[in-house]
Amino acid sequence: MHEYSLMVALMERVEQEAASRRAVAVHRVRVRIGELSGVEPELLESAFSIVRDRTICEKAVLEITRVPAQWECSRCQSPLKAGDLLQCAACGAPARLARGGEMLLEQLEMEVP
Amino acid sequence: MCETCGCGDPHMVPVEIQDRILSVNDRQAAHNREHFAAHGVLAINLMGSPGSGKTAVLEATARAFAGRARLGAIAGDLETERDADRLRAAGIPAHAITTGSACHLDAEMVHRALHHDSLHGANLLFVENVGNLVCPAVYDLGQAFNVVALSVTEGEDKPLKYPVMFRKADLVLLTKMDLLPYLDIQIAALEDALARVMPRPAVFQVSARSGAGMDRWFAWLEGQVAAIGPPNPSQTGHRHNPG
Repeated sequence: MHEYSLMVALMERVEQEAASRRAVAVHRVRVRIGELSGVEPELLESAFSIVRDRTICEKAVLEITRVPAQWECSRCQSPLKAGDLLQCAACGAPARLARGGEMLLEQLEMEVP
Repeated sequence: MCETCGCGDPHMVPVEIQDRILSVNDRQAAHNREHFAAHGVLAINLMGSPGSGKTAVLEATARAFAGRARLGAIAGDLETERDADRLRAAGIPAHAITTGSACHLDAEMVHRALHHDSLHGANLLFVENVGNLVCPAVYDLGQAFNVVALSVTEGEDKPLKYPVMFRKADLVLLTKMDLLPYLDIQIAALEDALARVMPRPAVFQVSARSGAGMDRWFAWLEGQVAAIGPPNPSQTGHRHNPG
């Protein structure tokens, strides 16, 4: 389960951001997880509930925005349907992932004195 | 201090970040990539299920390239040095990374391994990842190519079940082809599944045991080693190898 090590990396970043602003607590952690990022949101949530203990995120909520995968033609940008062959039906060019591969820390809400 | 009444209560501030969760790993991977470019090293991240034949492919590759290229390998496993031992026996200088419970290699583990003496001078470096079709796909190691070993015994539906791994693959080695007569797998169905998860499907059918199809893999490697060109010291950050 790599979600635990992802969460450790995420928490290190959050703690740095909080320290640089002298925050006393982090109340919300917003992340964006694509369907094809290789991250399982439920596992990320359970990793968060373990990792946040006795950290600045102890009372924080993890808010996950899930992004469905969307493939499109790399040449003409026509969207593909889920499960299609990853080659444009119109022009034959290979598809590229337009959305759904991301794994982002978007925003934090922190309490500052 | 509270801006409304000046009471000294803390207040909430939103902080925009918009950065990759794995940005630290990505920076380390970029450093590894610079190192490989500076030293003229072709680095291949070889992934696949446990038992898909990764080590067997590398053993056969070592025999084929003996005296023609300077091979090196980093072998990741949860426990034991068995893979590294097998690779060394086949003639590849190999360094083992035992990850304990970690299900994948990350860029920092590969970076530490690059400092190991045994990998000095290699121009074709294989990183044999932990056997796993999920987690290793998430971590960039600084490799030039992701190669996935998928054995015919695993069935034709694996690409659809593990789309993230195959989305990241540059090349799939369909291994253990010598077992095909004993199996019900339909190669056409497997290739169709791959074409739905891999935008530029590239599949070589190979058998490390019989040697069938391996020439195509060796020719591909030779082409990529040639394309990498000579070392480019202007890109180097620091030396990883003594001597």
